[in-house]
Amino acid sequence: MALLEIRGLAAEVEGKPILRGVDLSLPEGEVHAIMGPNGSGKSTLAYVLAGREGYSVNAGSVRFDGEDLLAMDPEARAAVGLFLAFQYPVELPGVGNANFLRTALNAVRRARAEPEIDAMKFLKEARAALKRLSMSEEMLKRNVNVGFSGGEKKRNEIFQMALLRPRLAILDETDSGLDIDALKIVANGVNALRGEKFSALVITHYQRLLDHIVPDKVHVLSEGRIVRSGGPELALSLEESGYAGLVAEAAA
Amino acid sequence: MSAALRQTGENFSARYQGLAPRLPGPPDLRRRAAAWFDRHGLPDTRDESWRFTSLRPLAGIVFSRAEDQDDTAPSLLARLPPTEAPLLVFAQGRMRADLSRFPAGGQAGLSVASFANEPSFGNVPESETEPLSALNTMLAEDGARIAVAPSADAGTLVLLHLASGHAEHPPAFHPRHQIRLGAGARLTLIEIALGTSVYLHNPLTEVVLAEQAELLHLRLQDESAAAFHLASLHVALGPGSAYESVALVRGARIARSELTAAIVGEGARFALHAAQILGGEQLADITTVVRHLAPGASSRQSIRNVLTERAHGVFQGRIAVDRIAQKTDGYQMNKALLLSEEAQINSKPELEIFADDVKCSHGATVGALDPNQLFYLQSRGVPKAEARAILVAAFLGETLEAIPHSWGRSVLEGAVQSWWKDRPL
Amino acid sequence: MSAVAETIETVSAVTEGGYKWGFETEIETELAPKGLSEETIRLISARKNEPEWLLAWRLKAFAAWQSMTEPGWARVKHPTIDYQAIHYYAAPKKPAPRNLSEVDPELLRTYEKLGIPLSEQAALAGVEGSRVAVDAVFDSVSVATTFRETLARAGVIFCPISEAVREHPELVRRYLGSVVPTGDNFFAALNSAVFTDGSFVFVPKGVRCPMELSTYFRINARSTGQFERTLIIAEDGAYVSYLEGCTAPMRDENQLHAAVVELVALNEAEIKYSTVQNWYPGDAEGRGGIYNFVTKRGACRGRKSKISWTQVETGSAITWKYPSCILQGAESVGAFYSVALTNNFQQADTGTKMLHLGPDTKSTIVSKGISAGHSNNTYRGLVRIMPRAARARNFTQCDSLLIGDRCGAHTVPYIESRNPTARLEHEATTSKIAEDQLFYCRSRGLSEEDSVNLIVNGFCREVLKELPMEFAVEAQKLLALSLEGSVG
Ligand SMILES: Nc1ncnc2c1ncn2[C@@H]1O[C@H](COP(=O)(O)OP(=O)(O)OP(=O)(O)O)[C@@H](O)[C@H]1O
Ligand SMILES: [Mg+2]
Repeated sequence: MALLEIRGLAAEVEGKPILRGVDLSLPEGEVHAIMGPNGSGKSTLAYVLAGREGYSVNAGSVRFDGEDLLAMDPEARAAVGLFLAFQYPVELPGVGNANFLRTALNAVRRARAEPEIDAMKFLKEARAALKRLSMSEEMLKRNVNVGFSGGEKKRNEIFQMALLRPRLAILDETDSGLDIDALKIVANGVNALRGEKFSALVITHYQRLLDHIVPDKVHVLSEGRIVRSGGPELALSLEESGYAGLVAEAAA
Repeated sequence: MSAALRQTGENFSARYQGLAPRLPGPPDLRRRAAAWFDRHGLPDTRDESWRFTSLRPLAGIVFSRAEDQDDTAPSLLARLPPTEAPLLVFAQGRMRADLSRFPAGGQAGLSVASFANEPSFGNVPESETEPLSALNTMLAEDGARIAVAPSADAGTLVLLHLASGHAEHPPAFHPRHQIRLGAGARLTLIEIALGTSVYLHNPLTEVVLAEQAELLHLRLQDESAAAFHLASLHVALGPGSAYESVALVRGARIARSELTAAIVGEGARFALHAAQILGGEQLADITTVVRHLAPGASSRQSIRNVLTERAHGVFQGRIAVDRIAQKTDGYQMNKALLLSEEAQINSKPELEIFADDVKCSHGATVGALDPNQLFYLQSRGVPKAEARAILVAAFLGETLEAIPHSWGRSVLEGAVQSWWKDRPL
Repeated sequence: MSAVAETIETVSAVTEGGYKWGFETEIETELAPKGLSEETIRLISARKNEPEWLLAWRLKAFAAWQSMTEPGWARVKHPTIDYQAIHYYAAPKKPAPRNLSEVDPELLRTYEKLGIPLSEQAALAGVEGSRVAVDAVFDSVSVATTFRETLARAGVIFCPISEAVREHPELVRRYLGSVVPTGDNFFAALNSAVFTDGSFVFVPKGVRCPMELSTYFRINARSTGQFERTLIIAEDGAYVSYLEGCTAPMRDENQLHAAVVELVALNEAEIKYSTVQNWYPGDAEGRGGIYNFVTKRGACRGRKSKISWTQVETGSAITWKYPSCILQGAESVGAFYSVALTNNFQQADTGTKMLHLGPDTKSTIVSKGISAGHSNNTYRGLVRIMPRAARARNFTQCDSLLIGDRCGAHTVPYIESRNPTARLEHEATTSKIAEDQLFYCRSRGLSEEDSVNLIVNGFCREVLKELPMEFAVEAQKLLALSLEGSVG
């Protein structure tokens, strides 16, 4: 069985149906891309998977490693290894980045019955990760995402991912707002984790990210449904022709 | 309280006693108001809500009942810039049909009557237990009763309050106005108060907005510099209704403008943009209480004070959010510019919140003109006085520019501009 | 369950079990008879071997108090206090110790349990540089003061005020009541009449106090009031950082605590006064708890003097407290940093007064209120700029956080200016914990409770960072504990 099994998932926000039956199967170790027009429900899917309040699931199921993901609290999902890099990372005034990360890391480790790590060891790991991501150490002292530029926020998400080492990362437009160098850094961050025990759903609008993170599969989400799935070449053809054709096809 | 101020209060009670049998309308409410007023008299600074505003200048003045006729009204009327809009004129607190003007056959959807002919005290909850309201309830003789039929757009109505005072025998009048908009009705009401010499103008205005009704309420208080303006305004907002007001205070020796808004309908919108521009010995006080009693409503209050010479500005504003008023969005900002050594400001913005899912904030700033900005303008060749005027105008700009009614805006802007002329800034 | 509902449940699940300082010490206590009269005052004065002038001073205050009524303007409600049902003097029976080795071991154990080491060795064993000298006040008397000799070598006087009255009468006489006059307000007058002990600090000209000073107040005896009096004087160029902590046993009765604190800062002197107030708050139904009616005021008398108040208020059934600064000296600076957390049926009405008298004076106010349960939390503050305070500056930030829809958060600032060159800015906000912040934390693996704590701590950061290190950690734990419950 695949690591993530989404079957007939339908969800609404404030009475407005957004997801209308999503089927998606992500085998362990694979990276899939999700593309689709603005407002098609990509972020909604990501939030539903991460357990954000306010989204009601009307139908369907989601299994993560065989377990009912939808029954879990957000923190339990993090503990089993789900990580969402937010499209719009949230600011936490007064909360230091280092403190936040260590608290999160130890919470996750506790839940996994792993030993907590002390401040020194944490700092060492954090510094190493920052270095790999070409980020400044000053980042650790600042408050979580407060006053960060758009690109810094995205990199901070990847930094968190690097430390938390999830089994499944959902990257919601982590590439948007990044300059070319940062894009490579983010891609390297993901590629560094790639392996049998790491899977990812990469939500993006652009082929340029997929040049660096080559997906095993590409899915197109439109009006709350996966309307087309294919190999990496699908993304390339979309780049050429846009969604218009696909959307019309699906509607027909 | 000083004995002289108590005496002034007692004179009102005595006048009520004398007039009572002849006063229009049901007597019960008046009697209760009079009893309350008898006990409490005029407020003094030991009252928490009057701590900054002393009525001592009223002490010893014996106000008399306003004479029915006066001749200065037409000349005051002439001060008004020309307008085509229907005009409802009050002089000395009495409706003056002879000076009012309506299109032949009336304005569609709009009905106007007088309190004198159709007395009703409406439904103002505090009208017997708040000093200014009690005084009005006790002595009201006339007033406007304006109603807009459901769904009607009644356009613009200008409501004019003229007063001619007297230095030795100052008159007092206590008009009682009522403005009711039916469901989905709309109206732009422009109120202007003008006067000469010494008098007391003590109006009470009740505004009731039914579901989805919208009132744009523009007010210019330009009373005589020797007069007293003690006004209370009570607004009730039904579901989805909108009350928007722009008010300019520049007249009167002492002005107290109380505004109580009760947001009883879900999703209603309340907005008040007010400015007080004061000089000389003026004391002007805006006191507001906005009660959120229903969910999902918003309130915005923005108050600007420009104070020069020995003027004293006061703003007290409370946003009170009831437990059921979830998703309230309340905001209040009070800014003051002190332009002289002896000007002073007192500000008390208050939040009283009992619902958790709300967003409420207030802010206040007090200061002088920014010397950097002044210097910047001067360095570009603008003379100092003009530079100051530009900056003060910019400070007030936000309040006036937003007025979505061109005649109304020109009246208020004109009042600001003529204010400069008399003042060495 | 929605995150918010859970948060509310979490928070409201706090029971008296959450108060870890609620034990009582079995110790023989001498009590004055209940009630307040001239006789009581004479007894207190006699017990303390006070000079005649101080007795006269107390009696004057008592006379003033008798003509006063309890202030009614604060947003707090409580049954009428019977001032005749209180013991105004309670002291451990054993004779006063002359040095630490003579302190009753039961008392030492009490303070150990509270985490306050009264043995200098134990304190010294801690990290160098984080030494804190402690004055421990138990009910009406100071039972021990540590590091006195070290301090004396630097010229700093740190002792119980009752001792200062005897040893340094000229200083006490000069400054006592000079900031908070005996008839200042109802509770200050009461305190002046019956105050029993408290700390006295004198930092002479040019001296930087070599360590943090702290007083730890403990109410133990039943039906007593605590009326301590603290007086801190920093002469020209002196610096001192002073910390105050307090706890009390859990009881069904309400106990009265009416303290007065006076600070005097002369030219270029600086006093930092920090409080972590953790008096027993009462139980989940609002039974018991301390009535904390406190007058704290500092006078920045000298040019460029500085006084800052930092407080973390988590305890007490009722808090009525407005640490203030009188900014007389030119260029003097006042600050007020406050976190007030109320839960269950607690009521807090707290804030500050900044009176700007001198030119170029500056003040900063940062207030963070957190209301949960059925509590009410009010910020009440006054900033007044007098005509001579040219170029005065004030910045005020008041934020309130509501947790649950049974509590109230209120903000009542008074802003007054009579000088055109002064500049004041005031901002206040009220909101609940943002859903997206909670979700973000939880999606990183933090439990709901930890997420709330983290966000609340972040909300209070600006204030907590003003506390000395050891206190900041303590305060953080206290905030978490006050919000603690079983996460469901
Ligand atoms: N809280 C909400 N209330 C109402 N509508 C919402 C809400 N959240 C999302 N929507 C709507 O749901 C639809 C899907 O939104 P979503 O954010 O999932 O799109 P998306 O595919 O991620 O788009 P983009 O590419 O622009 O990021 C949009 O039409 C959006 O406006
Ligand atoms: Mg999106």
